[in-house]
Amino acid sequence: MSPTRAEVCIAAIAEVWRDAGEIMASPFGTIPMVASRLAKRTFSPDLVLTDGEAAIIVGAPPITTKPQDLVREASVPYKTIFSIVWSGRRHIVMQASQIDQFGNQNLSAIGPHHQPKVQLIGVRGAPGNSVNHKTSYWVPDHSTRTFVQAVDTVCGVGYDRAKKAGVGATRFHELPRVVSNLGVFDFSGPDHEMALVSVHPGVSVDDVTRATGFALHIGDVVETPPPTDEQLAIISEIDPKGAREREIKS
Amino acid sequence: MADKRSTLDEAISRLSSGMTIGIGGWGSRRKPMAIVRALLHSGLSDLTIVSYGGPDVGLLANAGIATKVIAGFVTLDSIALDPLWRQVRQRGGIDLTEVDEGLFYLGLQAAAWRVPFLPARAGLGSDVLERNPLLKTVANPYLDGPFADPADVGAQLLAMPALRLDAAFVHANAADTAGNATFTGPDPYFDELFLGAADLRVVTAETVVAEGALSAVGPLAKATVHRLLTDLIIETPNGAHFTSCAPNYDRDEAFQKAYVTAASDAATWAEFTSRFLSGTEADYQRAVATFQEESKS
Repeated sequence: MSPTRAEVCIAAIAEVWRDAGEIMASPFGTIPMVASRLAKRTFSPDLVLTDGEAAIIVGAPPITTKPQDLVREASVPYKTIFSIVWSGRRHIVMQASQIDQFGNQNLSAIGPHHQPKVQLIGVRGAPGNSVNHKTSYWVPDHSTRTFVQAVDTVCGVGYDRAKKAGVGATRFHELPRVVSNLGVFDFSGPDHEMALVSVHPGVSVDDVTRATGFALHIGDVVETPPPTDEQLAIISEIDPKGAREREIKS
Repeated sequence: MADKRSTLDEAISRLSSGMTIGIGGWGSRRKPMAIVRALLHSGLSDLTIVSYGGPDVGLLANAGIATKVIAGFVTLDSIALDPLWRQVRQRGGIDLTEVDEGLFYLGLQAAAWRVPFLPARAGLGSDVLERNPLLKTVANPYLDGPFADPADVGAQLLAMPALRLDAAFVHANAADTAGNATFTGPDPYFDELFLGAADLRVVTAETVVAEGALSAVGPLAKATVHRLLTDLIIETPNGAHFTSCAPNYDRDEAFQKAYVTAASDAATWAEFTSRFLSGTEADYQRAVATFQEESKS
């Protein structure tokens, strides 16, 4: 059976944590959560995962595991999380309601900040995450509304804005990857512009450029490697009820 | 030994319009909701609310009691967005200062330590700084000598100002009559810093025990609020409802859903307000008990 789009995205996101060593993996969303557990069960066994509340968990159990059945190994309340953020020992995969060609991300508000057209959750930890440790993004609904020329509020900091703010911002700033439901991207273009790395099976380069509100850097584009049979088996073990299929339209 | 036990009415009477009020907890977790409900009837206005925002922020902003909010987010956790907050923001009805949630921590810490600011990288390059002329940066002063880090020479850092509070309210799992309190759940959040940053320090608690009896409630290491941090202690059983107060109780998801459904429409919100939010705390708890009975059947 060929993998679904969600499963391709999971394998692609898991790659951001390859060879990451002993750092905290913080996934936002179902697909990134499955991906972080896949990475831990395969090529990055030392990853540190949390229960989403205030503890580090043992192993990479199914996402359906009841809270009382998780095995916890250390307490990491929010105060400790910020110490981890500022130490750099973390790679987060956040979502973006809007992202631009330099990787500026918005999850605060669409429209003018004093009176938004759509109020979202808020800047959260995005400003601090993006200048302190590796920050990648997951966008489940790639379109010209999400991949935009300029985001309405800069929460996560992109390469252009970090550079403007100086060494205080650039020293630990790194945006390794953006994964959407259409493809995989990095910032290897001129001046760290977003570049298309691969298109998911069944997606053309044209599909991606048409759904993107700015000029993408297009280099040598390959097809996103689908998950192996072994990875697919682990994915269904981690997500036995198929929650991954509800996060994107395949 | 002073007995710090008090009442919701007494605490509210110490406040005045225009004050800056800190509210502990995080999102829809261990919020001092009994105080929030009391504030709805207080007649106070023009408050600035400082909060890791949950339903407290939406309720107080929507009621017109808060006109200014300092927050990094407003969320109900299991439901991402609070419809009351969304409506207030989308009609342009509130002055919001948005800060990174880590900067927020530093702001409370600076106030608690009585320093004007604490430095951070967080916020640099983002609209937290670019769109807020009140926030300033500071130059790294260590340019040479043994403490200079060559990679940070020339760095500007964000100087997060102290978030000083006129009053702070937090909800604990238990407190004692002398003013100590314990958080027996998974996370103390930043409640101790809210208290440290405030002039009037108020702890509401599920239960109030005799001085010295908190060690029987849970490990003493969890009793991180000592009496140097508190002025008033108020017993408010189920006082964090409908937010979570583990291990005493989880979030009341059915009630939170009812709140969200009601809040999405003016008519149903008026109905909800009249049923749950128009009386005293005791009235509220009775109405909730009835709601829970009805949900069971």
